[in-house]
Amino acid sequence: MAEFRECPDSGFYFHKSAESLMKINAVTGVVALLVAGLLAIGVILTRWQEVHWLPADKFYMVLTGHGINALIFWIIFFEMAILHFAASTLLRCRLATPRWAWAGYFLMLIGAIMNNVAVFSGNSSVMMTSYVPMQAEPHFYLGLILFAVGALIQVFVFFGTLVVAQQEKTYEGSVPLVTFGAITAAIIAVFTIASGAIILIPTFLWSIGYISHIDAEMYRVIWWGLGHSSQQINVSAHVSVWYLLAGILFGAKPMSEKVSRFAFLLYIFFLQLASAHHILVDPGISTEWKIFNTSYAMYLAVLASMIHGLTVPGAIEVAQRKKGLTKGLYEWLRKAPWGNPVFSGMFISLVTFGFIGGITGVVMGTEQINLIIHNTIYVPAHFHATVVTGTTLAFMALTYLLIPVLFRRQMILPWVAKMQPYVFGGGMTIMILFMLGAGTLGVSRRHWDMDFAGALMAFEYPAIAYTLMAVGAIGGLLGILGGGMYLLVTVGSLLFGKKLEPSAGFLESFVGKALDPSVYSVKKPDLLAMAPKEEEEHTSGFEAPGTFGLAMLLLVTFVVYYFINWKYLASVWPLG
Amino acid sequence: MTSFLPPAERIWWKVPVGRQELIWIAIALTWCIIMFLMMPIWHVYGKQNLSTEAYQTTPAKFGAKVEEMVSQYKVGEEAGVPIVEPPVGSDVYMLGRLWQWYPVLKLKKDQEYRLHLSSMDWQHGWSLQPDNINLQIVPGYDMVLKITPDKAGEYGVVCNEYCGIGHHTMVGKIYVEE
Repeated sequence: MAEFRECPDSGFYFHKSAESLMKINAVTGVVALLVAGLLAIGVILTRWQEVHWLPADKFYMVLTGHGINALIFWIIFFEMAILHFAASTLLRCRLATPRWAWAGYFLMLIGAIMNNVAVFSGNSSVMMTSYVPMQAEPHFYLGLILFAVGALIQVFVFFGTLVVAQQEKTYEGSVPLVTFGAITAAIIAVFTIASGAIILIPTFLWSIGYISHIDAEMYRVIWWGLGHSSQQINVSAHVSVWYLLAGILFGAKPMSEKVSRFAFLLYIFFLQLASAHHILVDPGISTEWKIFNTSYAMYLAVLASMIHGLTVPGAIEVAQRKKGLTKGLYEWLRKAPWGNPVFSGMFISLVTFGFIGGITGVVMGTEQINLIIHNTIYVPAHFHATVVTGTTLAFMALTYLLIPVLFRRQMILPWVAKMQPYVFGGGMTIMILFMLGAGTLGVSRRHWDMDFAGALMAFEYPAIAYTLMAVGAIGGLLGILGGGMYLLVTVGSLLFGKKLEPSAGFLESFVGKALDPSVYSVKKPDLLAMAPKEEEEHTSGFEAPGTFGLAMLLLVTFVVYYFINWKYLASVWPLG
Repeated sequence: MTSFLPPAERIWWKVPVGRQELIWIAIALTWCIIMFLMMPIWHVYGKQNLSTEAYQTTPAKFGAKVEEMVSQYKVGEEAGVPIVEPPVGSDVYMLGRLWQWYPVLKLKKDQEYRLHLSSMDWQHGWSLQPDNINLQIVPGYDMVLKITPDKAGEYGVVCNEYCGIGHHTMVGKIYVEE
């Protein structure tokens, strides 16, 4: 019999098996984030040229481990927790086949450990992208393959849970928007993992000698079907988290279900394109394909993100105005709960993702403009704005909610939690902006020494590039401090936070015996009813004028910055 | 009421969309179409478009072509690497290998050359500095592009695709003369 508990604070229902899986996936993800964060210290203190801490071999090893643990293990483990939450908890449904989900989890765990062992043995410093023909040890690839298979199993458990929910009629009408967004993420995940399998399995066979040759360009084209699309899982997931948090914090309802779901649908159709972003300056790739692919057909996925960029804060504004915060354009935003890390984290994530991550991504993904950006440090600057201040900060904000609701612990050190999104978001934003500047000056990414010590021929970057890198590094260290604050509060709360209900100890709390058995009941949760209808106030004016102003500011920034980069491109050597 | 409950209207797709969202979608879509059109427009009016000309090759074949050019047009040596001054408009070669760009090229300003690039071993990144043109160099592919250096001076070619422990020592040179 499926056992459920109802969270007395939030009203969410947790199926016991799903609850354990959410906890274990989230906690494992946070461990990967800890590893990635520690490695980031090595990366930053080496690329800060005046410090230049690690020797070259250690630097490349650390950079490989940082990339894989942050971009793959942290985010995907946490996303598994989000998927189970979006299906089982939001739909009040038992998790389908919990044993399969556990099998998937353990495969992921074994894969992640195996890959880390390969990296830290020092013979697999091939970067996250592991471009052939540079070769890593076989268990580097095997670890990634096992991780991907495990993730695929958990994704199918998610789909299975949706089917169970529908057949057992646990909800009325259509699935909630947040679940819809999670479905988008899961569909993109299937595509992503398939691309990964197509290229990583032959590469593994090549590493043990069964295949003699892997074409380097073919590898790039298919690998980026994995590499880029996996980042689109993050986009879909963290946009869903934005909607969720807006709903929980403000009772915000989507301005229009149709528009928001249509935008997610655009993600399914177009967002998993864009592998071309990484091969715009490769040999022999046709222009037409590059233009079609790099622009997500016709920037239709960008359109989708711009829609979410309006509808998420718009929903908050509408909800706030209903509560009477109607003065001027921005009283609703000024009087938002800025001291609540769930809100501040979510809102900083939204702003930095849109203004920095989104705009720079489109600019550098423009077919010709990529010539002046490819493989410069502009590229990691861009994706730190999308996956660090975007995805990671959104997930951090969600964690502050999960500690009481899912783990039933009171948060310790609330003042640290209060500051955390600002320190983390602020520090990372400084790092990102200054790295963007250094990249514009041509400073290379994945490079141990911008002085080129030992090179036979000399080249010097302009002095300002060193300053930009140094300030960026200080911002990065501040970001790491923010990451440490997050780990302190979350791990500390799980260990020492006041128990909100009779609870087993920490270690037991994620191996299936979470809380006192008395809180669970075999009684089926009540039907999840449709949201209550509200009186629509039909006015001819805008519902969320302040948000519209912010959206126009985004557009103006976007247009100006976009054309500045064309101007810069026009100044380099003509080529054709 | 909220984003995590089933929509209030069973037939939610028939609920009319507000004016504000429609206007924003129209504006955003217009901007998306402009950005999309900028790429083909630049192919017609812009001067920086990457050619798609490329040939499959092998390190041996490509290396032989490089050596042929070096033996014909060598004019000097820098740090043990030959400096080559090929005729204007000719096919010019540069290869990347662990950890060197080879050879050094001497080109004339405002003249067009057909530049061939390939790698002898792993992938490399051809990053022309300080002009800041960046290309991916992939083993097995001879990438051909017409270049017209339009500023005289000394250029560094940095490797910006990670290629192992000596990656940071991989610096080449191109001289452009009036």
